Amino acid sequence: MQLITIFSLTFPAFPWFGMDIGGTLVKLVYFEPVDITAEEEQEEVENLKSIRRYLTSNVAYGKTGVRDVHLELRNLTMCGRTGNLHFIRFPTQAMPRFIQMGHDKNFSSLHTTLCATGGGAYKFENDFRTMADLELLKLDELDCLIRGLLYVDRVSFNGHPEGYYFQNPSDTQSCVKMPCTLDNPFPMLLVNIGSGVSILAVYSENNYKRVTGTSLGGGTFLGLCCLLTGCETFEEALEMASKGDSTNVDKLVKDIYGGDYERFGLQGSAVASSFGHMMSKEKRDSISKEDLARATLVTITNNIGSIARMCAVNEKIERVVFVGNFLRINTVSTKLLAYAMDFWSKGQLRALFLEHEGYFGAVGALMELLKTTEDP
Amino acid sequence: MAECVRLDSSTSSHTMDKSITLPPDEIFRNLENAKRFAIDIGGSLTKLAYYSTVQHKVAKVRSFDHATKEAASDKLYEISVQEEVTARLHFIKFENAYIETCLDFIKDHLVNTDTKVIKATGGGAHKFKELIERKLGLKVDKEDEMTCLIKGCNFVLRNIPHEAFVYAKHADSEFRFQTTQPDIFPYLLVNIGSGVSIVKVESEDKFERIGGSSIGGGTFWGLGALLTKTKRFDELLQLASKGQHTSVDMLVKDIYGGSYGSLGLTGDLIASSFGKSATADKEFSKEDMAKSLLHMISNDIGQLACLYAKLHNLSRVYFGGFFIRGHPVTMHTITYSINFFTKGEVQALFLRHEGYLGAIGAFLKGAEEDNPNQYSWGENYAGSSGLMSVSPDMNPMQRARSGTFDMLEMDRLERQLVNLPLLQDPSSYIPDTMDLTEDALAREYWLYCFEEALDGVVKRAVASQPDMPEAAQRAEKFRQKYRHKLQTLRQQPFAYGSLTVRSLLDTREHCLNEFNFPDPYSKIKQKENDMALKYYQKAVKSLEELSWEQRQFALVRGVLAGNVFDWGAKAVSDVLESDPEFGFEEAKRQLEERPWLVDSYDQWFERLKGPPHKCALFFVDNSGVDIILGVMPFVRELLSRGTEVVLASNSGPALNDVTNGELQILTERIAAMDPVIQAGLREDRLMLVQSGSSSPCLDLSRLDKVLAMVVRERQTDLVIIEGMGRAIHTNYYAMLSCESLKMAVIKNSWLADRLGGKLFSVVFKYEVPAGKPSQHSAALSPL
Repeated sequence: MQLITIFSLTFPAFPWFGMDIGGTLVKLVYFEPVDITAEEEQEEVENLKSIRRYLTSNVAYGKTGVRDVHLELRNLTMCGRTGNLHFIRFPTQAMPRFIQMGHDKNFSSLHTTLCATGGGAYKFENDFRTMADLELLKLDELDCLIRGLLYVDRVSFNGHPEGYYFQNPSDTQSCVKMPCTLDNPFPMLLVNIGSGVSILAVYSENNYKRVTGTSLGGGTFLGLCCLLTGCETFEEALEMASKGDSTNVDKLVKDIYGGDYERFGLQGSAVASSFGHMMSKEKRDSISKEDLARATLVTITNNIGSIARMCAVNEKIERVVFVGNFLRINTVSTKLLAYAMDFWSKGQLRALFLEHEGYFGAVGALMELLKTTEDP
Repeated sequence: MAECVRLDSSTSSHTMDKSITLPPDEIFRNLENAKRFAIDIGGSLTKLAYYSTVQHKVAKVRSFDHATKEAASDKLYEISVQEEVTARLHFIKFENAYIETCLDFIKDHLVNTDTKVIKATGGGAHKFKELIERKLGLKVDKEDEMTCLIKGCNFVLRNIPHEAFVYAKHADSEFRFQTTQPDIFPYLLVNIGSGVSIVKVESEDKFERIGGSSIGGGTFWGLGALLTKTKRFDELLQLASKGQHTSVDMLVKDIYGGSYGSLGLTGDLIASSFGKSATADKEFSKEDMAKSLLHMISNDIGQLACLYAKLHNLSRVYFGGFFIRGHPVTMHTITYSINFFTKGEVQALFLRHEGYLGAIGAFLKGAEEDNPNQYSWGENYAGSSGLMSVSPDMNPMQRARSGTFDMLEMDRLERQLVNLPLLQDPSSYIPDTMDLTEDALAREYWLYCFEEALDGVVKRAVASQPDMPEAAQRAEKFRQKYRHKLQTLRQQPFAYGSLTVRSLLDTREHCLNEFNFPDPYSKIKQKENDMALKYYQKAVKSLEELSWEQRQFALVRGVLAGNVFDWGAKAVSDVLESDPEFGFEEAKRQLEERPWLVDSYDQWFERLKGPPHKCALFFVDNSGVDIILGVMPFVRELLSRGTEVVLASNSGPALNDVTNGELQILTERIAAMDPVIQAGLREDRLMLVQSGSSSPCLDLSRLDKVLAMVVRERQTDLVIIEGMGRAIHTNYYAMLSCESLKMAVIKNSWLADRLGGKLFSVVFKYEVPAGKPSQHSAALSPL
C-alpha cells in the first residue's frame, strides 16, 4: 500500500502526452497505462476515460489523424507505471481543430501539463491559452529529439532493435535491411529530415551542436510534387515516385559525355544535372508524373546525403543517423542515402536509420513530463 | 554597344544568317594575320579565340650624330615612326545562332592558312564539329572542358587587373573589384553549369574536382520551365527577380510564429523550400515559384561551396558558369548564401571575363609552343567591350545583350611585369587614389573633363602627323571611339574594372594607338627638350652658387616648378598653348609659398643632414623643363651626396611624359655638359631603366622585371615619385617599405578643391615607414 502512495505522489497526473508540432505534421505520443487498479478506475474522471478510449480504440481520427499502430511500444514501464505508448500524427493545418477539441473535451480540467516541442509549441501557445485555457510547457525541439531518440533505442522496439542499416548498400540485388542498436552511440551526426533539415553533431545526451541545416527537405519534396504532379499527399507522392524513372528527367554524366567522365572519376550513371533534361521542350512534353515525382525524390534525397556527408567529414564523425518523417514508408530514400554515404565515402561512413523515424521529438517531450520522477 | 553589330534576335536565325554582314574592322579584327584558333561552344553562346599579330606604328627617337653633322639641325634627336609587330589575343562571344555566318566570314577573310587545327571545348563542340571542319577546313581537336576552364581562369587572374569582384546589390557601386594578388593560388572555382563542379586549384597545372552537385543551372532551368511554362533561362531569371518567395517557402516564422531564438535562426529564414506549396487548394504565381526556386538552388550551391571551402581551408571562392555569367540576380543570391553560411568569412568572387575562360584555356592549350604564359598580357581597352550586364532597369543596353557581339582583346606586353619589391604589402596595394566607380561626383567630373579635353587631343594628334593627309580622318575615328568609351563608362562605370583617372587615361592611349597615333606629343616633347637643354648649365650654375641649405630647398622648388610644365593637365595646357613663353622662373613664382598643402619639407631637410641614401629610385614625369631643369639637378645633388640613382621612365609614350628612349639621349647630352652626370653614368651610379609602362600613371604592381631586379640589387632605400599622374592620381596612399618622397603640383582645380587646396597647390609628402627609424635619427642617437 505504501508503495502505491509513493507512486501517486511521484508520477504526474494522467493523461501523459508528448507533442511535437512541426511545420507539416504534429506528432503526438500517448501513454496508455494498462496497470490501472480498480481503485484508480473508480477515481478516474469520465473525461480521462473517454480520451483513453477514443485514442486507443481508433486508428484514425477525423479525416487526417492517424495512429501508427505498427510503431506502438507495448508493456513499457515509465515512471513505475506499465502501459503502451501510442504514436499518432496529424497535419499541422489541423491544429486549430485539435485545440478546439481540447476546449470541447474540457481538457483543462484534467490538471495535466501539456508538454510540447517543435515550432508550433511557440506558434500555437497563445491559441492553446485563449481557446482551450491550456498552458503549454514549451520544450526545445533538438533537446527533445535527442532525448527521445536515445530513450527509444534504449528500451528497444518491443524486444527488437530500434535501429537498422543496409548491408551491401551499393548493390540493389543484395542490399538487405539489417537491425542494429545504437550501443555506444556517440559521437553521431544526426540528420533530422522534416519539412526542412537540421544536422546535429551529438557528443552525449546533453552535449550537441547544430552543424547546419538545409531548406531542401521533406516539405520541398511534397511541395514540388504537388506543383509538378497535382498530387495531394505524401503517400500519393511516394506511390508515384516508386513507379517513376528519374533518368527521364535528370541529365546523367553519360548524357553529356557519352560515358564516364574519366578525368574526374565520375561514373556515366551519376546525375550531372537534376531536372537537366527538362530544359528541352521535347523532353518536357514526353515526361510522366511518376518520373517527375521520382526525380524530385531522388534530387532531394541525394542533396541531403551530400550535405550530410560533407558535415560528417568536416566534423570527423563516421556514424550518420537519419531520422524524420520524410523517411516514413520511404525505402527509396533510405536506400539511396545508405548508398550515397557508402559510395562517396568509399565505405568510411555508415548510414543508420530508426524505426520510429519522426516521433522522437514527441517522445522527448513526454519524457520531460516524467523527468522529475524518471531518475532516482 | 553601338559599335558592335546589333542583330535583331527576334528575326529567325535562318533569314538573318544570310543577311548580316560583319564589319571586319570591328568584329573579327586582324583576321588576315590570325592563327591558332580555338572555340568554346556552350549551350547558347559561342566563344571564338585567335591569335594575331598587329602591325602598328611606334614612335622612335634616334640621336643625331652631333660630332659629324652639327649644322644639319639644331634638334637634339630625330623622331621616326616605325612599324612594329606585336602579338594580340582576340576573343569574341556571340550567340550560337550566328555560328555559321561567323564561320563563313572567317573563311573569307582568313589569309594566313598555316593553321590546320582548331582547339574546341564546351558541351556544344561535338554538335558543330562537322560544320566547323567543313567550313574552315580545320581539324577540330577537342580539349577537356574543365582543364580549359582552369587554364583560362589562371590566365585572367594573373594578367587582368580588377578581374575579380564581389557583388553588392545595394551598395553605391554594385561591383567591388579586387586587387590582383601576388599569388593567385590556391582557390576554389565553383562552376555552375547544368550541374555544379567544385574544383580546387593549387597551381598552374594542379587542380582537382573535389566535389559537385547535380542541383545547378539545369535544375533551375528545367524545374523552372516545368513550374512556370517559361522556356528561356533569361526569362526565368526575369520572373524570379519579380517574385516573392515567402508565399511559396515555409519560413522559420511560419513554423515558430517568430524566430528560433536559441539557435539564432531568424524568422525570415527559409525552413523548407516550397514548403507552402504542398497543398492542392492554392495557386502560386510564376514569379513567386521562380523566385523560390532561385533561392533554393542558390542557397544549396552556396552551402556546398562553403562546406568544401571549409574542408579544404580555402578563402578565395570564384563562381562561374552560365548560371552566374553576369546575371545580377544570381550573383546576388549566391553572394547572400555565401555570406549566410560563412557568416561573412568567405566572400563570393566573380570574374569579369568569366564567359571567356573556356575559350582562353582552349586557346592556351593549342598555343603552348608560343609559351603565352611566359609573357605578361594586358587588356586592350580600345578593343574590348567590357562588362556589359547590369540590372535591366538601370541599363537600357542590357536588352540587346544577347544579340550583341562581345569582345576581349589582350596585347602581349614586351616586358614581363612584376611587383615593385619595395611595396609594404603587395596584396593590399591599390594604385589608384580615387575609385570613380564608387565616387559618383568624382566620376561625373572626370568623365566630363576627359570629354572636354577630347578636341585638344584630336587636334594634337593630327598636328603630330603633318605629312599624312589621312591623319585627320583617323583622328576623327579616334574621337568617335574614345567618346563612345566615355559614354559607355558613364552608363557602366565598372565595364573595365574599377573606373579611375588612370583607366581613363590608359583607355585614351589605347584608342590613340588603335588609330596609329603612337605619340601625338613627340614634336612638342622634342621642342621642349631642345629648349630646356639650353638652360641646363645656367640652372646648375645658379644652384651651385647657393648655400647648402638654400640649395636643398631650391632643388625641391625646381622639381615642383618643372612639374608645372605639363600638357596633360587641362589648366596648364591652356596656359602653355596660349603663352609658349611661360618660363621656368615664372613657374617658380606661381608656386605656392610654404607651408604647402602637404608639407613635410622640414623632415626631408632634416633627413638630408644625415647619411646619404644608398640608392634612390626616381619615377620621372614630363619631358622638357620638368626632366631637364627640375629633375636632373636634383639627381645631380643625390649623386654628389653619394647616392646611386635609378631613373625610371616610361617604356612607351604617354602624353608628354619622357620615354626611356628620349631620356637616354637627353642624359647623354647632359653628361656632355656636366661632369657629375657623366661620372654617374660612367661609374654606373646613375642608371636609366624603363618602367614597363606606357601610362601617365603608375601601377607599382606592374613594373618591368628588370627594374624590379635593379631595385633589389642596388638595395634601394628611397623612392621618389613625381607628378600628378604618378603621385596623386595613383600612389598617393601607397605604402612603401623604405623612405619615399611624393612631389607634385596640383594642376587641376577640381582635384585641388577635393584635397582642400587650390590650383597649383603643392604636395610634398616625405614618408618613413612606421617602425623604421630614419637613418638620420639612428645616426644621431649615439650622440
